Amino acid sequence: MKLLISMFPTVLLVATPIIIAALGGLFSERSGIVNIALEGIMMVGGFAGATVCVLLESQPGIGAYAGWMGILAGLIAGVVYSLLLAVSTISFKADHTIAGTALNMLASGITVYLCQIIFGQQRTKSFIVGISKVKRIPILSNIPIIGKMIFSNVYPTIFIAVILVLFTYFLVFKTRFGLRLRACGENPQAAESVGINVYKVRYISVLISGALAGSAGAIMVLTSGIQYTISSIHGVGFIAIAALIFGKWNPFGVLGAGIFFGFSSALGVYASMIPILKLLPSEFFAAIPYVLTVVALIIFSGKSVGPKAAGEIFDSSKR
Amino acid sequence: MKKISKILLSMLFVSLILVGCSSPTGSTDNNQTDKPAEGCSVLIGLVTDTGGVDDKSFNQSAWEGLTQFAEENNLQECIQYLQSDSEADYIPNLTGYAEEGYDLVIAVGYLFQDAVDTVSVQYPDTNFLFIDSESLSDNVMSAVYNAEQGSYLVGVAAGLKAIENESKMVGFLGGMEGDLIGSFQAGYEQGVLSVCPDCVIYVDYADSFSDDAKGQQLAAKQYGAGVSVIYQAAGTAGNGVNKEAKERGDVWAIGVDKDQYEDGKVADGSSIILTSMVKRVDISTYTAATEVLNGTFEGGVMIFDLTNEGVGAELSSGRNLTDEEIAQIQGYADDIKAGTIKVSAVPTIANGSTN
Repeated sequence: MKLLISMFPTVLLVATPIIIAALGGLFSERSGIVNIALEGIMMVGGFAGATVCVLLESQPGIGAYAGWMGILAGLIAGVVYSLLLAVSTISFKADHTIAGTALNMLASGITVYLCQIIFGQQRTKSFIVGISKVKRIPILSNIPIIGKMIFSNVYPTIFIAVILVLFTYFLVFKTRFGLRLRACGENPQAAESVGINVYKVRYISVLISGALAGSAGAIMVLTSGIQYTISSIHGVGFIAIAALIFGKWNPFGVLGAGIFFGFSSALGVYASMIPILKLLPSEFFAAIPYVLTVVALIIFSGKSVGPKAAGEIFDSSKR
Repeated sequence: MKKISKILLSMLFVSLILVGCSSPTGSTDNNQTDKPAEGCSVLIGLVTDTGGVDDKSFNQSAWEGLTQFAEENNLQECIQYLQSDSEADYIPNLTGYAEEGYDLVIAVGYLFQDAVDTVSVQYPDTNFLFIDSESLSDNVMSAVYNAEQGSYLVGVAAGLKAIENESKMVGFLGGMEGDLIGSFQAGYEQGVLSVCPDCVIYVDYADSFSDDAKGQQLAAKQYGAGVSVIYQAAGTAGNGVNKEAKERGDVWAIGVDKDQYEDGKVADGSSIILTSMVKRVDISTYTAATEVLNGTFEGGVMIFDLTNEGVGAELSSGRNLTDEEIAQIQGYADDIKAGTIKVSAVPTIANGSTN
């Protein structure tokens, strides 16, 4: 039990960017655009976040908020970068997978290139604090067990992730915009026939997706790293896509899947302290998210769980 | 309309590429990818592993030695570095410098073993400096550090602090398992146990010299288990340990390769870096470069240890060690130099376990 408590902050640390990026994927896929570029958008967001944090940290006055400004920068960079995906897939009707793959490849090149211009090296300079942990949250940290697990020694970003989950659920399932968004993802022709502007809805969704994935990238670099390097994101964008599928395109499912993946990653670190798991190599735990995704895909295959029109290029004349 | 925007978008990409090709303006001192200026009496290229020359430890120290050499001889334009993004870059990076006619090519880190063995034979007229391991070719100078001796001293420091704050638990975080980092671990183990025989030592490896996130998670695990001091020998990944220690504030970290005291400073001006195991990689790059400039370069093995101050512990007073503790550590250092204490380079604790 004591081990579980000390392990939990790591679980949440790993889970936060997965959850937020997967929510980004949710917006885009629910509107019918497969966003395989999450990884690339996270890289751009992470780069922007780290750069802004490094540059602002030494400034008097705003230095203390540099980490949060970094997240904001990641969000903006994510929106701008996802605009490329939106333009190519929505306006120019490019294949979603190919456009997304191109953006992923471009992201690793362009971020390192910009690092070279700004810092004269292939990575950003390292920031001093980034975002700090909260030692203990008043009142809540006094709750037995949970108080120690979730409300002390934790990065505040996990609470942003939870709030975003609730917000996403409300927006997608309880508002008029959400209904339209889902309609565009299920049957865009039908949506258009009742007067919904499919292009506009999809543009908005992809940009929201970029904002979330970009800030997820910034959060990841600023909480679990000391600088942005080409390997900072190391596949978390793809794990987020896996979490989206595993969570059945539902915000609460995504939250659960994200925490689950965080758990398997933390197990890799803590396995040496657990008698039975000690015998397994740490690579085993690193593989769990991917193995489970394959298993989930096999179980869900054939059932129409995901948005029906996701990945299809919208052609309003098609019936 | 759509056609125009399509063309515009394509042009945007093309112009991006063209901008990328143009030669950057502004300060040139940090612009390492340009070809060096004409008229250099020597050309020196340094190839780092995945850590990069700003890793605050090993690679940075090597680069600083070279920079110091360049400044003293006014050859700033004649030194270059390349960072390897993966193991696959080692041979191309070394070959690239050798092919361009560099007088000295420096490979930083034992991970270059195969690459140096291969490339040094292919380019017998190029001089190589290989840090942390030995290569048998005549044109290779190998710099070997007896890191276990310096690690023993910081182990003593860790043991003393563990007794002082009654946790009696210390940690070690290595980069990648192997003989080299094993010697760091071995020296540390012996140092800790020499002053604190009933101390528990946690040992973990990040399996990487660049994954700072993994370093931080492992540090969180060890500190969470009650460890009060962690000695990290993991390059950039070790910076994750320093970050976690800074977050916690009430624990210590021990730096590696360079004096990392400044990097460990927290808001109130104190530092979480207890001491640092200093490994003077800069001496070897400086020496090799100077010898190449003077034409006296010879292949062979240079050994650095406590006696020639190639390794050691950072023991400035007025920091986190008391003067008594410093004197005590100094005593152990003298014993090692005199040969009364023999430090083994073979670790005894397995990755992921304790003694």
